[in-house]
Amino acid sequence: MPKITSTQNLEVLHERLRAERDDGALLMTICGGPGCQATNCQDVVTEVKKELGSNGLNGKVRLRVTGCHGFCEQGPIMVIDPSNIFYHHVGPEDVSEILNRTVRDGETIDRLLYTDPATNKKVVTEADVPFYQAQSPTLLSQNRWVDPLSIEDYIAIGGYGGLAKVLSGMTPEAVIEEIEASGLRGRGGGGFPTARKWAACRAARGEEKYVICNADEGDPGAFMDRGVLEGNPHAVLEGMIIGAYAIGCEKGYIYVRNEYPIAVDHANEAIRQAREYGFLGKDILGSGMTFDIEVARGGGAFVCGESTALMASLEGKVGEPRPKDIHTVEEGLWNKPTTLNNVETWANVPSIINRGAEWFAGMGTDNSKGTKILALTGQVKNTGLVEVAFGTSIRTVVDEIGGGGRDGRTIKAVQTGGPSGGCLPAALFDLPVDFDVLWEKGSMIGSGGLVVMDEKTCMVDVARYFLKFLQDESCGKCVPCRIGVDRLLEIVTDIVEGRGRPEQIELLKELGETVAQTALCGLGKTAPNPALSTLRYFPEEYEAHVSEHRCPAGVCTALIEYSIDSAACNGCGACLKSCPYGAIQGEKNTLHAIDPHLCTKCGICPTTCNENAIIVQ
Amino acid sequence: MSDSLTTILEGRRSQPHMLIEVLQDIQKAHGYVSREAVSTVSLELGVPLMEVFRVANFYKAFSLEPVGKHVVTLCLGTACHVRGANPLVEQALSLLGLEDEGTTEDRLFTIEAVNCLGACALAPLVILDGVYHPNMTPAKLRALLRRVQRAESKEGVGHA
Repeated sequence: MPKITSTQNLEVLHERLRAERDDGALLMTICGGPGCQATNCQDVVTEVKKELGSNGLNGKVRLRVTGCHGFCEQGPIMVIDPSNIFYHHVGPEDVSEILNRTVRDGETIDRLLYTDPATNKKVVTEADVPFYQAQSPTLLSQNRWVDPLSIEDYIAIGGYGGLAKVLSGMTPEAVIEEIEASGLRGRGGGGFPTARKWAACRAARGEEKYVICNADEGDPGAFMDRGVLEGNPHAVLEGMIIGAYAIGCEKGYIYVRNEYPIAVDHANEAIRQAREYGFLGKDILGSGMTFDIEVARGGGAFVCGESTALMASLEGKVGEPRPKDIHTVEEGLWNKPTTLNNVETWANVPSIINRGAEWFAGMGTDNSKGTKILALTGQVKNTGLVEVAFGTSIRTVVDEIGGGGRDGRTIKAVQTGGPSGGCLPAALFDLPVDFDVLWEKGSMIGSGGLVVMDEKTCMVDVARYFLKFLQDESCGKCVPCRIGVDRLLEIVTDIVEGRGRPEQIELLKELGETVAQTALCGLGKTAPNPALSTLRYFPEEYEAHVSEHRCPAGVCTALIEYSIDSAACNGCGACLKSCPYGAIQGEKNTLHAIDPHLCTKCGICPTTCNENAIIVQ
Repeated sequence: MSDSLTTILEGRRSQPHMLIEVLQDIQKAHGYVSREAVSTVSLELGVPLMEVFRVANFYKAFSLEPVGKHVVTLCLGTACHVRGANPLVEQALSLLGLEDEGTTEDRLFTIEAVNCLGACALAPLVILDGVYHPNMTPAKLRALLRRVQRAESKEGVGHA
């Protein structure tokens, strides 16, 4: 492909590619996101390719393997357009029948259709799947139409059109004004107005400036950025190129966590293609602009989500943050003015330019505009990636999109924002997804992780879990975080292990507030949030642990006992075989018993019992 | 210097900022970062030895010890935690006779617990030698590890 040297040539190519894809052939889309890959969608793809060659359907069917569609729980997912038929849990053994019956004869195959758990009815089309219906897909939905390894797919859906618009007459200031008018705020967690960052970096003194894409998604329970960078890497590149134009810089970096090898590969391939087509390099689209991007792999350190630590890591150093009295937009990477935005923030930029600030600002609330991709996980029926307009209630996300609790259990909380966020109780589920509202309530939207917790989740244990995580991940540079988080963890560990004293609860609060006020960086400042928010909304659980030596959820091993329900046990022997410690005795078909001296309460036997006969209390 | 190390250092010599990239490639090629590799990298990139150790020690991606033939990665991210990752750790450790994360004496298995692998919809998740195993239970994990153990003991007999 020769370089595209003008915006007019791009328009011609766009029209041609769009028309080529509009030739009436059936489109078979297979999701190749991480969820579907884990359930072996590659085998389905291989089988389709083989069958297409052998049964004469080549040319009548276009196969496209895309990034994540979001509904990971149902993978591997296949959609057949234009009729929009949605098949789930597709295996290689189904392929021949799909080609013969659905593709050739236009029939649907009942067993591959999704069943709506609310009505128990089969759903035929993707558009009718309730999981997708309450969503506002604008960014994530692009994944559906793009093979991440094909720049032509991206151009066919209007990709790089935003860049063309910018380069054919918009001044850098006008680009920043457009972003300002859209109300775009950083999607990485801080929620800082993007345009303000860009304007400050543009105004900063110095010839050499940098833009960075933060794809070091370290929050446990979050995979939005993975979904976007793996599924639609060109949108991220286009956003960065537009940003570079607005700020006035020639070099960009994508800092990707090493645990995402596919994201690294897709980003590298997208960069190679963008250079070949003339979107990166010298004289971009004949405008005279020069800009290039490099991928750097992160080393696996949560603190590198903090901008100054990430920049130190890019310089090849230990990822320790520094005080921010001098902003990174003035002195960032190699002490040059640097703009750092998260994957989702960059990927939103092309559409804002293309469709206008007004379109973007038309979605959301007063202070939180547009949409947010959330990683919906935990004790909820439908897990996966979802995209909702800001202002959508947590209840809609959990109940309508998520389908409510698993195994008939009651949902009691959501944890939002990862280790920097907090837990919100079910009583607050009418709150909207919004940067400021969640912050006021002691949590935050963060990067968009939303972990659902039910009656079997112990909130004190959740606080301990996050403090342990943060203790591991604290870089150790500042005292409040290094020692303060240690002490917080010590107190919470005392409580979950049955040594808790009533006065420790007050101490936990006081110490938490001190750490929040005095730590050096965002990691430390927000580290007490999980403990403080669970203490605020679930004081009765702390109370039960401290005063009654009881864990209501049956999680904290020091406070629970395992026994076998004599009425329910059928003596099948499954638990006996599963116990690594030989703590369960009993003859076949007779009542089994647990020896409390040998039992370590490891939690294995309840997962093996089909009769729910293991009692934990 | 080994051939692969020479290839990895190609085009990166005397560029201290390439340290992490170089260590990533060494980790990938050799499974760990050896003492010799650390010394070579220090000389070739022009980074003080102590700084190379500091970086290799700071980031989770690098191991200074060789790992076992099979690597069992247990995800302990939030979603995996609430869906029962702890019993999986207990299961893996007790089956392989380990007290804590690490490598078995026969160097066949390494157990590592990680914070999040970004596939939370599949929780709890276990990765065995790079292959994802979604929605794990202790029983499924036991069967999986026993299968590898059996294959290994057969192979061992064959070689003897």
